[in-house]
Formats: sequence, C-alpha cells, structure tokens
Amino acid sequence: MRGHRGLVVVLAGLALLALVPPVAGMLNQPFYIDLLRRVMILAIAAVSLDLILGYGGMVSFGHAAYLGIGSYSVAVMAFYGIHSGPLQWLVAIGASALVALAIGSVSIRTSGIYFIMITLAFTQMLYFLGISVDEYGGDDGMGLKRLSQFGNLIDLGDPVAFYYLVLAILVLTLVIVHRLVHSRFGMVIRAAKSNEARTRAIGFSPYAYRLVAFVIAGAICGLAGALYVNHTKYLSPHIMHWTISGDIMFMVILGGMGSTAGPVAGALVLLVLENLLSGWTEHWQIIFGPFLVLVVLFAKRGLAGWLAGGRHG
Amino acid sequence: MAEVLLDIRGLCKAFGALQATDNVHLQILEGETHAVIGPNGAGKTTLIGQLAGNLRPDAGSIHFSGEDITPLDAPARSHKGFARSFQITSIYPEFTTLDNVALAVQAHSGHSFRFWRAARDEPALREPARRIVEEVGLGARADVLAANLAHGEQRQLEVAMVLATRPRMLMLDEPMAGMGTEESQRMIEFLTHLKGGLTILLVEHDMDAVFRLADRLSVLVYGRIVATGTPEEIRANPEVRKAYLGEEELE
Repeated sequence: MRGHRGLVVVLAGLALLALVPPVAGMLNQPFYIDLLRRVMILAIAAVSLDLILGYGGMVSFGHAAYLGIGSYSVAVMAFYGIHSGPLQWLVAIGASALVALAIGSVSIRTSGIYFIMITLAFTQMLYFLGISVDEYGGDDGMGLKRLSQFGNLIDLGDPVAFYYLVLAILVLTLVIVHRLVHSRFGMVIRAAKSNEARTRAIGFSPYAYRLVAFVIAGAICGLAGALYVNHTKYLSPHIMHWTISGDIMFMVILGGMGSTAGPVAGALVLLVLENLLSGWTEHWQIIFGPFLVLVVLFAKRGLAGWLAGGRHG
Repeated sequence: MAEVLLDIRGLCKAFGALQATDNVHLQILEGETHAVIGPNGAGKTTLIGQLAGNLRPDAGSIHFSGEDITPLDAPARSHKGFARSFQITSIYPEFTTLDNVALAVQAHSGHSFRFWRAARDEPALREPARRIVEEVGLGARADVLAANLAHGEQRQLEVAMVLATRPRMLMLDEPMAGMGTEESQRMIEFLTHLKGGLTILLVEHDMDAVFRLADRLSVLVYGRIVATGTPEEIRANPEVRKAYLGEEELE
C-alpha cells in the first residue's frame, strides 16, 4: 500500500475479489470461486512471509512449516472429535506461533545462507515427521473428518460464505501487517534489515524484534494453514514440502518484497498462470521458470512496483 | 583538572601473530576533544572496534564514567551515552533524512514493542529529530531519501543520528573521509561548534582537522600509544615526527 495510487490499486483489487462469487455464479463457473479462494489463502501466507522477508530481511525458506502446523492442528483435532472452529483455529495460531518461536530463536542467531538453510532444515524435519506419523495418514495424509464448525455464525460448507470469510481474513491480515510495518516495531525490523551495524550502534538490539516478527508471521501463516485444510478438506504432509515454501517465496518476490499487498498480486499471478499453463502443457514450469527469472531481473520491486508507481516507504 | 570520562586500561588485541592493540592506556577527559592519529595499519580500526563493543579485547578493560563497560555490546554502550560514527557512511539509504534521525531518537525512547501507531505520526520522535536535522544544517533536505543526499550531506546525517542518541561522548571515525575541501571545512566548523558541550574522541587522517579541533592528541603506532599531548607537544615530539608527521609533510 504505497501512497494514494497504491491504496486505490489495492482497494480496486479487493473489490474485484469481492465480485468473483456473483460473477462466477452468473457464468455458472463455480471453479473460479475455488481457485480464487485458494489464491487468497496462499496470499495470506505470502503476506505473512513478506513481513519477515520483505520488511525484516529474514529469508525464511521454511514458511510452509506453518501452513502445515495450522493444517495438522485442525485435522488432528477433528480426528479426535473436536470440531469447534474457534478452538481449532486458536490452536492452529498458537501452535504455529510456538513452533515459530522455537525455530526463530535458533535461526535468527544466524544470517544469510545459514538462516536460509536452518529454516529449510527445520521445515524438512517437520515434513518428514508428518510423513512418518501413520496415525494421521503418514505420506498419504487423511481426509478432514468435518469442516471447522462455527455454529450458526458461518458454514464453511457453503463455498461462497467460506470465500468471503477468507477475503475478510485477507483484508484483516493486510491491515495488521500494514500497521505493523509502520509502527515503532516495524521501523526497527526495517532498520535492522537496511543496516544492522548502524541499528546496533544507535542502541537497538535487533534480535528480540526480529524474533517477535518471526512469531507473528508464523502465527498468521498458521491461520492460513487452518483455512487451507478446510479448503482442500484433506490433510497432506506435502503442504510442508520445501517446494511449497519456494512457491510462497515466489509469490512475495513476484508481487514485490516490502510491499504489503504486493504478495496478493504475486499469489494471484502465480496460481492463475500455473492453472492456465498446466491446462495447456504438463511442462508448464518450462515457461513459468523463465518468466520468474525475467521478473526478478527486470522488476526488482515486483508487480507492486509496476502497479503503484513511485516508491513510498 | 576535568574528570576522566573514558578510561582505557591495558587494552590488548591480537590477530594471530599481529598485535593490533598492544597494551593501550588512554584517558579521555570530560569535555575534551581527543584525537587519535596514526599511520595506516597502526591499529586504529581495531581500537575503535573494541571501544564500540564490536570486538572483544584479549586483555584490559574499558571504563566509561567510572563503570566497566568491557562486557557490554554495542547497543548497551549506546544506552550508556557512548556513541559512534562510522568511517564508511552508515545510514539507512531507503529512508528519508528525517526518518534516519527519528530512528536514532526512537532507539533512546524506551522499548519499541509498539505495534499499532504509525511511528511517523509520533511527535515525540519527529520533533526532536527535526530539531537535530536543522541543527546539522540538513533542514531543507529532511524529506529527501538518504540515498539521494550528497556524500557530504550523508556524513552530516551520520553525525545527526549520533547526536540524536543524546550521547555524553562521541567517537567519530574519520568524519572527513571522502569529503571535498569545502565539505571538510563545513564539517570542521560544525565539530568546532559541538566541541566543549561534548567529549569527543576523533580518529582522523586529515591533519588540518586534527590540529584545529583537538585539545589533546594521542599517536598510535604498531598498536601502541607512543605519545599523548597537546598539539604543540605532539608537533615537537621527535619520535612522532619520525613515525608519522614526516610522512605527511612529504606528501
């Protein structure tokens, strides 16, 4: 959300997202509700990664871990007969925050390539843990017994209602991240990314601020995981695979690091392109790969840079 | 006699066989401007690293205002009132001049676990920052991205950030580095204006600046302090002339 033009673009984009269900209904194409809901869920994950990657300079190559923790929290509770949505989702957020605290407290002591490798290694550990626990389906995963229940409030079985809930959570996430990155807290993590030596010399100890940012990002992504397992109605350990972490990172880079709403555009373009190209050829990645390379080379600020024009902190 | 503010006692630091800091004793008095000069490779950078809290000394201790600060890291030393600038310009290029200084103010305004209110809307951060930006002569450039400032302006900004931490003592690492003659003159004037209010440890190559600004000088050669005294005493010291000043005059 940069300046007025940025805000206009973001609001227009959200308005378009809000129009998807009626338009898809008119065209009798419910598939698009499903696709865009998936886009928005992964966009929430990407926006949360952008908080630590784009603003905090922490290149986490393991953000899929929290999609996994969120998914497992919901599915495992459902497995044991606990279907309360608020409780499941709170556990998803809390468990993700705790795992992020554990992973972050170790990995944030390192930087550069070591940070990337440690976050990757932790997530791979969780991935193999998921594969090896046969109780919850092991490698094959398991169906979600029942969708998260919210009483009379909302029925996730209604695709349109679920769609608007996801949209609302996406908007809430954008507002939260936007406020965070402009607060005193956000200024510290951005300063530490920009120039760590200077930041320490003026009297900040960045570690605690980075760790809190890492935990917040993990918690938000955990909620995305809870949404995701309800979206697919299926729990799979493959949600924690490193390629998923890579996808989320691509969304951030494609959309524009350090732009709050950019990753939403990144998620949209990545998933829609994947959808179109994979319908056309199974070797769609041959086209998609060079496209990403070009974006990284020629639009360092990603789609947000194109859409929003001038830079505004 | 003024009180000793910074007391360096028997500091040693070796890298392998190289004794970069060799039993350095140095006392900086409250209110004085004390310059450390020395030829390239004399160990100035290593000394600064230890004083700033980025390098652990092998032996010896550093006392600031009577307190042993040797175990403290860089942020903690900043909070004790010991501030530093960098030899290579060290600012936040993608933030504005005012943002840069406001961050330094923020670092000394309690903890920053405040998540909601926009920091740029806080008068408690912006107003002191704006005063300092104007004091160093960057008032007209307050809203320019720091990356777009001229080199001399960036050096001024760096000093502004250091001042914004409300220090008792400044350690300036070659503040004139890379500056043109005119910019250097302006910086010297500015430092002259600061002098007296603050204790300054000045590490500088520019001899003109050193002799104009310093109340006392210490000469560092091969990691050792070979002489300390007033500018006149240092000029007259034959050992210093041989080790250092002679070279300068040849240039």
